Amino acid sequence: MIYGLIAVGYTMVYGIIGMINFAHGDVFMVGAFLALISILALGAGGIAAGPAALLLVLLLTVAFTALYGWTVERLAYRPLRGSFRLAPLISAIGMSIVLQNYVQIAQGARVKPLEPLVPGGITLLTEAGFAAQLSYMQMLIVAVTLGVLAVFTWLVTRTPLGRAMRACEQDRRMASLLGIDTDRTISLTFVIGAGLAAVAGMMYLLRYGVIDFYIGFLAGVKAFTAAVLGGIGSLPGAVLGGLLIGLIETFWSAYFSVQYKDVAAFSILVLTLVFLPTGLLGRAEVEKV
Amino acid sequence: MSAPAGVAEAPPRAAAPVAGALREAGLAALVALGLFGPMVGLRTEPGAGGLMLVQRWPTVALLCAMVFVGRFGLVWARSHRFPAFLPALARAVPLALALALLFALMLPPLPTGETLLSAGGHDRALALLALFVVAGGVFLALGWGRAAPAVAVASTRSGRWEGSLRRFGRVLGPLLLALALLLPALPWVGRYTLDLGILVLTYVMLGWGLNIVVGLAGLLDLGYVAFYAVGAYSYALLSTSLGWSFWLCLPLAGIMAAFAGILLGFPVLRLRGDYLAIVTLGFGEIIRIVLLNWVSLTGGPNGIGGIPRPSFFGLSFSAGGGPGSFADFFGLEPSPTHRVVFLYYLILALALLTNWVTIRLRRQPLGRAWEALREDEIACRALGINVTTTKLTAFALGAMFGGFAGAFFATRQAFISPESFTFLESAIVLAIVVLGGLGSQIGVAIAAVVMIGGFEVFRDLAEWRMLVFGGAMVLIMVLRPRGIVASRTPTVALGKRRAISGELVGEGHG
Repeated sequence: MIYGLIAVGYTMVYGIIGMINFAHGDVFMVGAFLALISILALGAGGIAAGPAALLLVLLLTVAFTALYGWTVERLAYRPLRGSFRLAPLISAIGMSIVLQNYVQIAQGARVKPLEPLVPGGITLLTEAGFAAQLSYMQMLIVAVTLGVLAVFTWLVTRTPLGRAMRACEQDRRMASLLGIDTDRTISLTFVIGAGLAAVAGMMYLLRYGVIDFYIGFLAGVKAFTAAVLGGIGSLPGAVLGGLLIGLIETFWSAYFSVQYKDVAAFSILVLTLVFLPTGLLGRAEVEKV
Repeated sequence: MSAPAGVAEAPPRAAAPVAGALREAGLAALVALGLFGPMVGLRTEPGAGGLMLVQRWPTVALLCAMVFVGRFGLVWARSHRFPAFLPALARAVPLALALALLFALMLPPLPTGETLLSAGGHDRALALLALFVVAGGVFLALGWGRAAPAVAVASTRSGRWEGSLRRFGRVLGPLLLALALLLPALPWVGRYTLDLGILVLTYVMLGWGLNIVVGLAGLLDLGYVAFYAVGAYSYALLSTSLGWSFWLCLPLAGIMAAFAGILLGFPVLRLRGDYLAIVTLGFGEIIRIVLLNWVSLTGGPNGIGGIPRPSFFGLSFSAGGGPGSFADFFGLEPSPTHRVVFLYYLILALALLTNWVTIRLRRQPLGRAWEALREDEIACRALGINVTTTKLTAFALGAMFGGFAGAFFATRQAFISPESFTFLESAIVLAIVVLGGLGSQIGVAIAAVVMIGGFEVFRDLAEWRMLVFGGAMVLIMVLRPRGIVASRTPTVALGKRRAISGELVGEGHG
């Protein structure tokens, strides 16, 4: 599910400007850190755990991470629009390294643990001493993800901003001729993408309880795999891909070996790109000369 | 669209430049406050009963002030019609840095325990800084003065710069080569400098190898380190388990790596630039994870140790001398330096081989096909170039040189483990190629000296140097997307030689 959230960010940015935002995984990492900091800050301010506090943390995290998304776009990508193909990609790799080391310097390289904020759960069934438990945390993650995606879908399909985004996706030059501020739209796309990554980062923090400055790299690659698997440019596809990747990884770890779990993810990526370049729910891309 | 970044962004701000700049700077500082406030201002530290927050507001204030001043200066400079300033700066700084670092590496090493930042190294640090500032100023004046008179069309300006650089390069290339050849003979050059030289040359070689794939054929490869690893591990395994000598294993390692390159190349042939990048990245990670987990073959995280050293026509470099050793044969005093010097010349020869092959190939049909492929794949197909073989040869050749470098790395270290082959290595090699200028041989060499030398000189600032490194990648892309020494000129051209810049070709579908 978390992969799905990050994957939506990837897909969105790719769909609109046709570029892989390599630093997206690191924005996700920044989101996780900001969530940690806001939880601690709120805790110090006397607001203890509870639904209201969590909501506040979510809002703070999204707001600050979105600012990061905007800055990254402004500094590293906008000046390169219209440059040759590899330029934004290389600049994105640079940005990813910058973000990682910036967080490492600012927050230290050590792993940050956090006690679970939402303990407890419902026991579904108990059999011979093993209990299959559905924790409140998992339910929360599913609920938040679905909620965010619903809001997001509404945003893209029903609002003027969403229309502008889809117009940019189809033909940027035409959109700008028709009076859409494409720069602004792309900026907003990045802001929304970063917001989604922030939600994902917070969920990751709540779910696993440990974060460090390096989580972005692997999460980014896997989310990208999810986006590709679902069909790049397709929003439901990204969610579906995220789910599939998560499931495949879990089953792979259970039945084969945990060590080769990441190999499985990468292999899926390669296989998808080779045999099913449009993904599960994508549409074929016609290359025009 | 067509002008460089510095020009494109300057709006006509004639009315009240200072007020406008102030407003803009204030805005930037506000954004900076939002960015740095929570991240830098509140540091999470493990304390009693879980994580604690440590507050560091002065640092945040300082950072915001820096952003304010920087943004103000930038906007102000732009409104005063210095559009050529930033690109000129982008050229001057790396060149000056290269010069300063070359000097830094030439000087005798500091006494052990001293660094440039400790008391013993201050004088030298100041001298180097002065050299950097002066050289930077000269380069800046040259580049800027050349460009300033008119806000000329970008392509002619960069074309002129490239022309002068090419003339400069004609002198610089042999100069650097002579320096590299004579380095071990210089009286004050010690073991440390030689080791550093070997390291730099290894990266130069990797850079040149990757340059074939990225710079010439335009295929972005983020998993280059995989081939480096394949080469290193094939030599290590062949020599430790079968006892084959270095000279037998070196070509084999190259062939293995080339084979890996073809293996990778086949499935990704149809992919476009950015997909290709991600898949190669995945490939590099797969190789590393397999090396890490296939304990029975590779030793897993423990790596492989006791890798044999190369011999000089059958003469070993054993430390104690003895019959059959290099020192004994030539009647020299046994010295560990001999081996280092030998290794130095070995990697120099390998790197020069890479360079020579690349330069020769560029003029042949294959090299021309690569360059055509980089510019426009569809046009290539229309002209009857076999895209499949062209891409595969680029992958295979690049991988082969990576494999050679890997075998050399294994024999120099005598120990390898998956630790040495992380994504970061790929990123560093790619950065060398990109910063040096895609497709430019001398640019890659300069960039390798700057980056690896810089890494070495600023060893104490481990985390900061990576930050600067990433920032430099972004900055170079923004200011000078084709690298310090951009070379997009076709190697072989009919008629007049013209710089082909992005404006003319739109975008190449790599």
